[in-house]
Amino acid sequence: MAKICTLSEAIEENVRDGDTLAMEGFTHLIPYAAGHEIIRQNRRELFLVRMTPDLIYDQLIGVGAARGMKFSWGGNPGVGSLHRFRDAVENQWPRPLEIEEHSHAAMANAYEAGAANLPFAMLRGYIGADLAKVNPNIKSVTCPFTGEVLAAVPAIRPDVSIIHAQRADWQGNVLIEGITGVQKEAVLAASRSIVTVEEIVDELNPPSPNAVVLPRWAISAVVHVPGGAFPSYAHGYYARSNAFYIAWDKIARDRDSFTAWIKANVLAGKPEDFARHAVRRAANAA
Amino acid sequence: MTQDFTPTEMMTIAAARALTNDDVCFVGIGAPSAACNVARLTHAPDITLIYESGTIGTKPDVLPLSIGDGELCDTALFTVSVPEMFRYWLQGGRITTGFLGGAQIDRFANLNTTVVGPYDKPKVRLPGGGGAPEIASNCGQIFITMALTNRGFVDHLDFITSMGHGEGGDHRARLGMKTKGPTRVITDLCIFEPDPVTRELTVVSLHKGVTREQIKENCGWPVRFATETVETPVPTETELSVLRDINARTKRAHEAA
Repeated sequence: MAKICTLSEAIEENVRDGDTLAMEGFTHLIPYAAGHEIIRQNRRELFLVRMTPDLIYDQLIGVGAARGMKFSWGGNPGVGSLHRFRDAVENQWPRPLEIEEHSHAAMANAYEAGAANLPFAMLRGYIGADLAKVNPNIKSVTCPFTGEVLAAVPAIRPDVSIIHAQRADWQGNVLIEGITGVQKEAVLAASRSIVTVEEIVDELNPPSPNAVVLPRWAISAVVHVPGGAFPSYAHGYYARSNAFYIAWDKIARDRDSFTAWIKANVLAGKPEDFARHAVRRAANAA
Repeated sequence: MTQDFTPTEMMTIAAARALTNDDVCFVGIGAPSAACNVARLTHAPDITLIYESGTIGTKPDVLPLSIGDGELCDTALFTVSVPEMFRYWLQGGRITTGFLGGAQIDRFANLNTTVVGPYDKPKVRLPGGGGAPEIASNCGQIFITMALTNRGFVDHLDFITSMGHGEGGDHRARLGMKTKGPTRVITDLCIFEPDPVTRELTVVSLHKGVTREQIKENCGWPVRFATETVETPVPTETELSVLRDINARTKRAHEAA
């Protein structure tokens, strides 16, 4: 049952050292404020899961919080490399990173299998692709009806999943609109879940009965963190800061400038700092 | 008399021309996205553009920096979850054309966006495949656009992220694929198409002012030319102004705040 609490309490109670942690949001609604709180609370030995690691995992990898990562596309979208991710894979800095690499289709299917309480996902995938040769978790199954051989990957079952959403009501029911990615699947596949939201309202009033609503009884904690997706975005609230994504390239390219940025903006920061992004950019709302 | 144009502009416009009004196109970010939107704003106004973030029938006014910018959702006919995108629409066989870019390509149009060097000890760790492995196998056909350089067009790929024509010939069919695979590769100097039998990429069209020597120098394998090659028609004034306008709008939007 969703507990409405502070971000510090939610991370304290739900994210443990060594956990398999999924923080989802496909470009949209990436839970950056929660990522910063995990860094402040110094969680270690995490196994990270995310389709597109993005800047949020570049930060967790760069501070050494992760022992491994399962992913399908590890770049800075439209900009180039994730330099902290590259440094970990190419030079083992600040520590080696075990990787389990998939395609988007396989990750999406694996989350869906997790949400459906199935042990694995199957897809018509990886045909002629070398990933199947280097990832022992890509196997195959034969259709018992037609004999067709299909790719099989294990279901994703995180210890904890964290997402950001537009709104919750005071009971902890959550509404997600726009590009909904794999957030619903990530929450339903996990043992525990945290949802940070732009606002908490009296009535959700979904625009349609088919809008994505996660009920309070499927969520562990709901936290009010306006602006908490910056530099990603919250559809209807504020736009993606493409300028920050471009600026990150320079910040993360160098170990010292990255460490200085984390110190100034994460370690010395607090969840409330994100609110200025919601306010400042409200006029440009998508 | 047509204005001057850059090789990159010629590449984008030649790539745009490959698309038709009836295409349902899965759009890769970067050069493919520019080409697809130029097509939509010129000769193919009813083309359906799909980005893997789940946005279907999108009509962005500025080119997205990421595959999930809010602009794509705002202008889409509808938006679906990512599992639905890959399961029903892509794997379901509803997409006629996939438009991809890549870091490296070989003579059979296999693409590498994963690693340079050994996978376990990479010299360069690239972003990886994302949607490409299944886009390459599940779309009706694939167009690829990337600049022709020795670093990009290589004799041997360290890693096959997404399969084009594999080892050539009927390799796709032998693996059970019913789709055509790459049918055209559009570069800044020329256009390649696979040979009908061997499936090796062959130059079929040279952009204006480009020599065969230039193409040979910039391609990492001994490049073949079709028996008859043509000159790519130069960009029209409309094509150029549409491309330059969208690039200017995009630059302003991405630099703001």
